[in-house]
Amino acid sequence: MTTAPAMLAPPEAVPQDRMSNGKIGVTCMIISEIAFFGTIIAAYLFYIGRDINGPYPQDVLEVSVAPLKVLFNSIFLLISSVWIWLAIRSMRAGRMGAFIFWWALTVICGAVFLVGTGFEWYGMIVDDGVWMGTNLFGTCFYTLVGFHAFHVTMGLIVLTLILVLALLGHVSPRNIEKVDLVSWYWHFVDGIWIVVFFVVYVFGNQPIQ
Amino acid sequence: MSVLQKPAGPPAATGPVPFLSRMHEWVTTVDHKKLGTMYVTCGIVYLIIAGLEATMMRWQLAWPGQEVLSPEEFNRLFTMHGTTMVFFVGMPILLGAANVLIPLMIGARDLAFPRLNAFGFWLFFFGSLLLYFSYFGGQGLYGMGSAPDVGWFAYAPLTERTFSRGHSTDYWILGIFVAGIGSTATGINFIATILGMRCKGMTLMKMPLLAWIMLIDSVLIVVALPPLAAGQIMLLFDRLLGAHFFDAQAGGSALLWQNIFWFFGHPEVYILILPGFAFVTEIIPVFSRKVIFGYPLMVAATVAIGFISVGVWAHHMFAVGLSPMLNAIFMGSTMLVGVPTGIKMFNWVATMIGGKIRFETPMLYSTGFLCQFLLGGLTGIFLATVPFDWQVSDSYFVVGHFHYVLFGGLVFAIFAAVYYWFPKVTGRLLNERLGKWQFWLLLIGFNLTFGPMHVSGMLGMPRRIYTYHLDRGWEFWNLLSSIGVIIQLVGFSLFAWNVLHSLFKGRIAGDDPWDAWTLEWSTTSPPPAHNFDEDPVVHSRRPLWDLKHPDDPDWKYE
Repeated sequence: MTTAPAMLAPPEAVPQDRMSNGKIGVTCMIISEIAFFGTIIAAYLFYIGRDINGPYPQDVLEVSVAPLKVLFNSIFLLISSVWIWLAIRSMRAGRMGAFIFWWALTVICGAVFLVGTGFEWYGMIVDDGVWMGTNLFGTCFYTLVGFHAFHVTMGLIVLTLILVLALLGHVSPRNIEKVDLVSWYWHFVDGIWIVVFFVVYVFGNQPIQ
Repeated sequence: MSVLQKPAGPPAATGPVPFLSRMHEWVTTVDHKKLGTMYVTCGIVYLIIAGLEATMMRWQLAWPGQEVLSPEEFNRLFTMHGTTMVFFVGMPILLGAANVLIPLMIGARDLAFPRLNAFGFWLFFFGSLLLYFSYFGGQGLYGMGSAPDVGWFAYAPLTERTFSRGHSTDYWILGIFVAGIGSTATGINFIATILGMRCKGMTLMKMPLLAWIMLIDSVLIVVALPPLAAGQIMLLFDRLLGAHFFDAQAGGSALLWQNIFWFFGHPEVYILILPGFAFVTEIIPVFSRKVIFGYPLMVAATVAIGFISVGVWAHHMFAVGLSPMLNAIFMGSTMLVGVPTGIKMFNWVATMIGGKIRFETPMLYSTGFLCQFLLGGLTGIFLATVPFDWQVSDSYFVVGHFHYVLFGGLVFAIFAAVYYWFPKVTGRLLNERLGKWQFWLLLIGFNLTFGPMHVSGMLGMPRRIYTYHLDRGWEFWNLLSSIGVIIQLVGFSLFAWNVLHSLFKGRIAGDDPWDAWTLEWSTTSPPPAHNFDEDPVVHSRRPLWDLKHPDDPDWKYE
């Protein structure tokens, strides 16, 4: 091989600034989750007001009667997004004690939300007698809210795992990216709840014309 | 090719490795080349199974009043044939090929998440077993049916408990659901790999087009597969928990299933055909000895196909009675997708014009792809026209159309890819003479099988019937179709023989048997576990051209 003349030396390859693999991966996962929830939400919207027998949403859902109950519940979930953001901020600053505090608060708020959902479902199943097979409302409600609760549960399991690891001293500021990505997922679960809340408790709760 | 770097292979193994250790290595591997090979191998095994299912159906339909199969068996066969071909032949072969090729082409060590990759493969593998287990377990306690018999798009309310007793439909749901999660995970993996793992110097606009097309393909996978999963969950809730999503008697809607299924289903056919585009886009320039015509336009056309393909699904539903306005909108968007596809066709042809074409097997199959895909695309334009669709909807014309796209197009592109990259993966070339025989047999057999279907469809033959009367004028065309299958069988047998023979006795390929230009040909065949000894640095879209022609490198012109 003869050496190429100097004038033909290629331009220096410039290293590019890229998102990390983990960030790209989690972003894509969240997009696929949005596509998944989008389909269930579309089905929910499609079936609003098409029930041929009761109980209808306004007979059952609490928002119009006692808005505090569901809102109270939702506020616990939504505020946990703030706590987890504070936790990540503390971790970035290297304050692991503060991280554990805010992270634990996130777990508690998520758990309160789940317990609230449990009470709501108990009331609907036992007192109102609505389950999946009752009518279209039951079908859609338990599928959509159930899948959201399932995602909250999955999130809580991972959050608790990290909390335990942190308490045992296995989480250090070096792990910031992975922990941060878990918080992305948690923000997604909260964000999708806002949509679910409006679909189920506001749009889906209109009296039938 | 002394200018190519020759990385040292792995240290030679001392003595034969015991069978169990070798199996253990394959089962536990996270290496993208091994997983890709397993994907493609499984895909080809299922291709044989689904091909034999089709053969039995053609035997039954060869002339009127045959009694080879009962109507129930026929229903199961077309369901299993379609489901297998889409989910367990097309998907694994494209995911497998991309698995092998993406890291090699972009100069990476492996995919971004190797263990997620293995997870995706095993989900696909067991998902496919779950579907086929229905032949044994589908009866459930009801003594009803064995394999699913609801058609590959499983229209409601046929899939509801009332009409589909037993567990066969549950197996259909779960098998595809499980495999779909695996495919979504692998799609995410591809996106992260292509965006995050390119070697030094490889900007997005210097990527091989295969990587570009697989990037768009993966985006479609990530966006389109979850809605199918959601729809299948709803169906499963209907069947197992007594929900009413698609249960018309309780106010549910069969139309919603159609919308959900085709919102997945139409992007899915682009998910399948885009890798076919990717293969021929890599192969045609190498065998025309020219750089691909219109690289930026190719990228733009791929992105455009990705966008448009999520907005055309209702063209599968023209016959259900949507409003004329909706029909018109979806007719327009479907016609629109012909534009970027046309751009690609012209680019491939323009690459060939004036080139020094070498008609070795990969190029033969690519040319076959061009011609047959064009025919399938043209009948697609017919079908996009609402009044024409009303005439031939659910007839053999449609069957002919999508087999021209998926068999004449995709399968020919897959064979092109197999002949082209087999030496890279195994180190040995496939036999050229057998390959050419196989090509001509398949070409004749394919056109003889699926060409007449357009005619029988125009004469009114509906799809999915298990037999027909003598007085319809369909028997000649059906006989032709069935004769074509025999010719195809010979072609496929030649392929099987060729692969088995060449694996052990084939000509040693060397690193770069086709004198190609992309990075995978700069490493050994087969590549070492770590792919490249040194991280490659590229300066143009054809890094190996630059190495082979230091006096006239590509980067001067790009």
